[in-house]
Amino acid sequence: MMQHRSPDSELWQSNLRLQQWIEQFIKLLAALFAFVSIATTLGIVGTLIFETIEFFRQVSIWRFLTDTQWTPLFTNAQFGIIVLISATVMTSTIALCVALPIGLLSAICLSEYASTKVRRWLKPILELLAGVPSVVYGYFALLFVTPLLQQFVSGLESFNALSAGLVMGIAITPLVASLSEDAIYAVPQSLREGAYALGATKREVILGVVLPAALSGIVSACILAVSRAIGETMIVTIAAGQNPRLTLDPRVPIATMTAFIAQVSLGDTPVTSLAYKTIFAVGTTLFLMTLALNVFSFWFVRRFREIYE
Amino acid sequence: MTPINFKSLSSKSSSLFTASRSIRYGVDRLFAIATWAAIFIALIVLASLLIDVAVDGIPRLNWEFLTSFPSRRPEDAGILSALVGSLWLLGLVIAIGFPVGVGAGIFLEEFANRSWVTKVLEINISNLAGVPSIIYGLLGLQLFVRVLQPITGGRTLLSGGLTLSLLVLPIIIVATRESLRAVPNSLREAGFALGITQWQVLWGLVLPQALPGILTGTILAISRAIGETASLITIGALTFIAFLPPLSIAGLRTPFTALPIQTFNWVSRPQAGFQINAAAAIVILMTILLLMNATAILLRNRFYKSNQ
Repeated sequence: MMQHRSPDSELWQSNLRLQQWIEQFIKLLAALFAFVSIATTLGIVGTLIFETIEFFRQVSIWRFLTDTQWTPLFTNAQFGIIVLISATVMTSTIALCVALPIGLLSAICLSEYASTKVRRWLKPILELLAGVPSVVYGYFALLFVTPLLQQFVSGLESFNALSAGLVMGIAITPLVASLSEDAIYAVPQSLREGAYALGATKREVILGVVLPAALSGIVSACILAVSRAIGETMIVTIAAGQNPRLTLDPRVPIATMTAFIAQVSLGDTPVTSLAYKTIFAVGTTLFLMTLALNVFSFWFVRRFREIYE
Repeated sequence: MTPINFKSLSSKSSSLFTASRSIRYGVDRLFAIATWAAIFIALIVLASLLIDVAVDGIPRLNWEFLTSFPSRRPEDAGILSALVGSLWLLGLVIAIGFPVGVGAGIFLEEFANRSWVTKVLEINISNLAGVPSIIYGLLGLQLFVRVLQPITGGRTLLSGGLTLSLLVLPIIIVATRESLRAVPNSLREAGFALGITQWQVLWGLVLPQALPGILTGTILAISRAIGETASLITIGALTFIAFLPPLSIAGLRTPFTALPIQTFNWVSRPQAGFQINAAAAIVILMTILLLMNATAILLRNRFYKSNQ
């Protein structure tokens, strides 16, 4: 029978072979694309490690950790990373004091109190607001919030950590609200009904049953908010100033890690200079902080996730 | 045994119960008010942000503003080069980030067997989504601007587009995977029953179903790229560009500016005239972003409706 193949079936065979070739090619291409993400990670880690080692050849790690001033661009250079870290921690703390309560309460409101109709309107608005670029928030902090606050807070300078932190808090509120709302909304109705049947009031149901059940989702939303806050660049660069100093006073200009990287990048820094290596050392510190948060979040979600069917 | 005084006991416990019940309901009401207050505070602050920018910026908008290059005098300055630069970056992200992201999503969801390789890829992608954008800027500075300078030409549109593509890759991958997962398996099985190959099933049956979801995620990713400032500053986008890149391959290798970069430059100048320019540039930027986001939300709503 094999010798009497009709032309039609010949066509079919070769076609199939072609299709298989196409399929192999596509699979290979897709696999290649998937590994771009691995290459990105390797690129980031490799770049940071390489330049940071170069940096520590010129500046001892001890000075990096113990100097109390940050003046890498001066002739008498000092490299106290603690100055930049403290500024980042201060702006982030202010931001989280705004974003976590407002974001969480909004999420509870959207999921538990708002009617379906209100929810259907507010959720997309929240998502729209989460997409507002940070440079817009920077404008708002510098030219709206700071002049406003200067009427109430004495000694508030025109660049300060306070308004940068507050506006950063507003900027990450939609993120906290949207992600926590997803987690709270996913808690099955039967859990709420069980608690109501025991005579709990609505607040008691929410605080005692719903929030603990949604804990892993809420915590991972909060951790994402923290890592957003410490990585946030434009708001602090525009509104918090460029003055590295070790202070806990939120009314004066400071420089965060991200603001320093942006500041050096704005100048025309030669790639062989120490300043160029410095931004990578600062970047490594920032990367390690966000990586630690990511790892913690990953562990927490695995450990405390409640799965309901 | 001493007799229990039931009467006093019951009256005591019932008084305790009623009193605490009214307190509980009182606290309940306060809690409900607090949640509504939170959402209104958030909305009012965000509304005042948009109104503040609009009030400052809209009077400055005119045709000259859109068609002029930057200038030392604020009243002559315009956003032409920034607008064109942003459009170039948008095109590059669509040309590079979209196929790579969708391809990676298809690989993870359809082709790859569940193994430690896919597990590593997944953890890696969720980790990348949490890396601050300025770190991507450092990667772009070292890799695209410095190491690959013979190809990219240094601080150019191509370097910017590549950096932004890497930045939004995780968003596109996650969106693609979620959309593919939402396509029912029966559709794939029907395709295989007809004897067509896996790629034909994917191209002819699965992808058309998943497309609205993929496009929604891609639009959100691109709007993130359009508003992105920090990583472009780090790779050294210039702010004073008084020419347009030629519409050819050579255009990829020209220095560039973009809307958020131009905005940042104007905000950080002390003269009030430039700050008004910044507000006007923000109005343009926000208009573009709102249009893109609205399209994405509409697409998604239609997608969910047709799936139900």
